[in-house]
This record gives sequence, C-alpha cells and structure tokens, in this order.
Amino acid sequence: MKISLKACAFGSAFALLLPLAAQAHKPWMEPSKTVLSVGQWVTVDVAAATVPFIKDHVGIPLDNLVITAPDGSTVPPENAAKGKLRSSFDLQLNQAGTYRIANNNTNISASWTEDGKPKRWPPRFVQYTPEAFAKEVPAKAKDLKVTQVISRLETYVTAGKPSEGALKLSGKGLELAPASPVNDLYAGEEATLLFVIDGKPAADVEFELIADGSRYRDAIGETMLKTDKNGALKITWPTAGLYYLSAAVTDDKGEKPAKQRRSSYAGIFEVLAP
Amino acid sequence: MKPSFVRTPLSLALCGLAAPAVAADLDVSVQIPQLDVAEYHRPYVAVWVEREDRSVASNLAVWYQVKRGGPPGAAPAAGAPAQQAGGEGGTKWLPDLRQWWRRTGRELTVPIDGVTSATKPVGEYKLAFSQGKAPLGELAPGKYKLMVEAAREDGGRELVDIAFEWPAKARQELKASGKSELGAITLGIAP
Repeated sequence: MKISLKACAFGSAFALLLPLAAQAHKPWMEPSKTVLSVGQWVTVDVAAATVPFIKDHVGIPLDNLVITAPDGSTVPPENAAKGKLRSSFDLQLNQAGTYRIANNNTNISASWTEDGKPKRWPPRFVQYTPEAFAKEVPAKAKDLKVTQVISRLETYVTAGKPSEGALKLSGKGLELAPASPVNDLYAGEEATLLFVIDGKPAADVEFELIADGSRYRDAIGETMLKTDKNGALKITWPTAGLYYLSAAVTDDKGEKPAKQRRSSYAGIFEVLAP
Repeated sequence: MKPSFVRTPLSLALCGLAAPAVAADLDVSVQIPQLDVAEYHRPYVAVWVEREDRSVASNLAVWYQVKRGGPPGAAPAAGAPAQQAGGEGGTKWLPDLRQWWRRTGRELTVPIDGVTSATKPVGEYKLAFSQGKAPLGELAPGKYKLMVEAAREDGGRELVDIAFEWPAKARQELKASGKSELGAITLGIAP
C-alpha cells in the first residue's frame, strides 16, 4: 500500500511518465529575481505541486537541468540540492544578457492492460531504452499505448539588457521562440510570446496562465489563452508578480516505437510594476 | 579701470540678448527628504529626459554607491563583470530604479563621466544643463518629460515626472513633488 501510494504521487508529479493521465501535479520553478545587473546571484527553486509555487509536494531532481548563458554556452548550477519539497540551486550572472534555465526531458512510455489491471512502463526516473522496452513491454499487450513525451520546464533571468542568444530552438516539440520578451514584462502592458512546435508556428494552442499567490486567494484563478495562427500568445498582465504559463499538445508524431506524442511547455515569467 | 567698469554691465546685457540663439538651459532641483526611519540608506536616484514614445533623450544624473565592493572608478556595470574583492558591487540595486533600468540603465556601462556620482545625503541639489553640452546633448524641439526616480535600500521607490516643451518660449519654472522618497522637484527651462 505504501509503495503504491508513493508510486502514484511520484508518477503524477512527473507527467512525463504518465502521459495519458491528467497532469495532477505541475512542475514549476521559482527564480528569486529575473531582472538584475551583471555579477548578481539568483537562486531558483524547482518542484512539482498541484498548484505552482506552492511547496507541498516534491522537489524535482536536477539531473536534466540545463542553464544556457547569453553567449549560448552551458553553465553549471552551484549548490544544487534535491530537497524534499523543492530542489534548488544558485547561479551567478557573469554575462550580460538573458539566461535560459531549463529542466527538460524526452522519454517514451507505454501503458497497457494485463490481467485486468493497468500497467505502465518505465518506472519513475527511468529513461527509455529499446532493450528495456523490448524486455518489459509485451508487444501484443491489450490496450497498448506507446507515447513519446517531450516536456519543457523553463524560466529566464537577465543581467542588463535582454538578449536572445540563450533562447535557441531545438526544433522538437512545443517551444518558446527567441523573439519573445521573456524578461521585459510589465503589469498593465500587453506582451506577445511566440510559440513554435517542431520549429513551426504553434497555432491555436491553449495555454493556462496562473499567477503566484493562489494560497492567499479563494481560487487558483487560472486564465485560458490561445495562440493565434502565427503562434503568438498575447497576454496583458493584470498585476506584477510571478506567472506560470503552461500548455500541452498531443499529436501522432511520436518517434518509434511510440505513435502518440505529448509535447508540453511550462514557463515561469516575472512581471514587474511599470 | 573706469572703462571696464562701464563696459561690464553692457557686455552682460549683450550676453543676455544673445542667449536665446546660443544656448538653452535646463535646471533641475532635486530634494532628498528627511525620513524618520530606524535604518536609513541614501537613495539611488536617476534623472533623465524622456521623449513622448518613452525612449530616453538623455541621462542627466545617476547617484549610486559607486565605490562599494570594488576599487574606485572600477565599479561594475550594467554590462561588465561585477565584484572584485568579494564585494557585492554598488550596481546591485541599480535595477531597483526600475523605470530607469528598463528605459536605459540596463543598456549602459557605469560609471559614466558627468552623469554618475555617489549617493547624496538629505538635502536639495541643483543641477544645471545646457543645450548642446553633455550630458543633455542636443535636445530636438518637441515634448518631453523630466523623470526623477529614487529607490532606497530597506525603503521604497518613487517616480516623479514633469512634462515640458522644448525649447521654452520664455523662462519657465515647473514644479512637482514626491510623496515618499522624493521631495520637491523643480525644473527651470530657459530659452
């Protein structure tokens, strides 16, 4: 009983392992500041919880953390630690420009029915390999669904003038395009964030926007927004603060042996008072 | 002796007549108010001229903790590596002048000759600028705003603006006042 409860909690925390289930726990990051001068430090919390920015569930391992500096190079985090309710790390901004902090993952998972019970593979934090897949997933299982999952969790911090050098696209899945003003956002002003899927405009994708501080409100207060045909998402920020913006797109472009693909994006943005 | 005595008022008068064609002046007075707080840090202050589209026409003054955590004159910049010798660098709080930072600060490398200087104690400060001379530069005819922003560690932040038209047709004195971090702001413009 204990084990299955744990598995359930972790499984739902990492939707990448449960592609077909509802994403009960949201992965999120919380940067201490996003608009700084060169040489300053930021500290970032990384966790998953039912509601973004609430530290009441689980810290996300930082194995997949990739910090891209303004010049496009990768810089390591400092003081990285996996915590019970949140993981965290520090970063000094030694270059002028925008840094991208990403915890991304690509995996392939399978679900099927065996003896009337639902089965899933791979277990938590286990990466797909063709050998393990062939061994663990029965090829002719009942209700077999094989899904490729591409998940992105990103935030952005800028020292000095914002730049686009760290925002290069991978061309795979749902991504934020470089022309987006990630650290130039102000309450009461409209910003246009650009999204692409496989490098092409992500048209008509529905995003969910959640402001920080939901613990002190009666409702989470999410707002649903949709990209236009050019993949542009127009947001007029109601108040200053941190925001959690997320979306997931399901299609049948999964890489073999997957057929389906679930491509998700979650970005954390800081909006300043004008 | 006598001729020069006679000539001096005359030359002054000529000077006054010639002034409109030669140089227009912009005088700014900024008051840093006395605050009754337990822990007082001098505010960071930025003074600049904004165009109608909110772009910056000129940076007039930036007062920040120039020497903190580094050798004098080598204070870290918006765009240069900070901290020598383990200090935090006086530029750390420059982004707290958030409107100035957004409009111009984040693109600058400080210190800037004739613009940046150390923070100031409580008092009234008079700054004088001339058309065609740094840091005001050549201000094209048009509508502008004088912007004065202050941010204080362990304190608040305030932005005061005064709209004006340039060049002035006649000598003008425009006033505004802050409520918390800034006191009286005066803008004098002379044709």
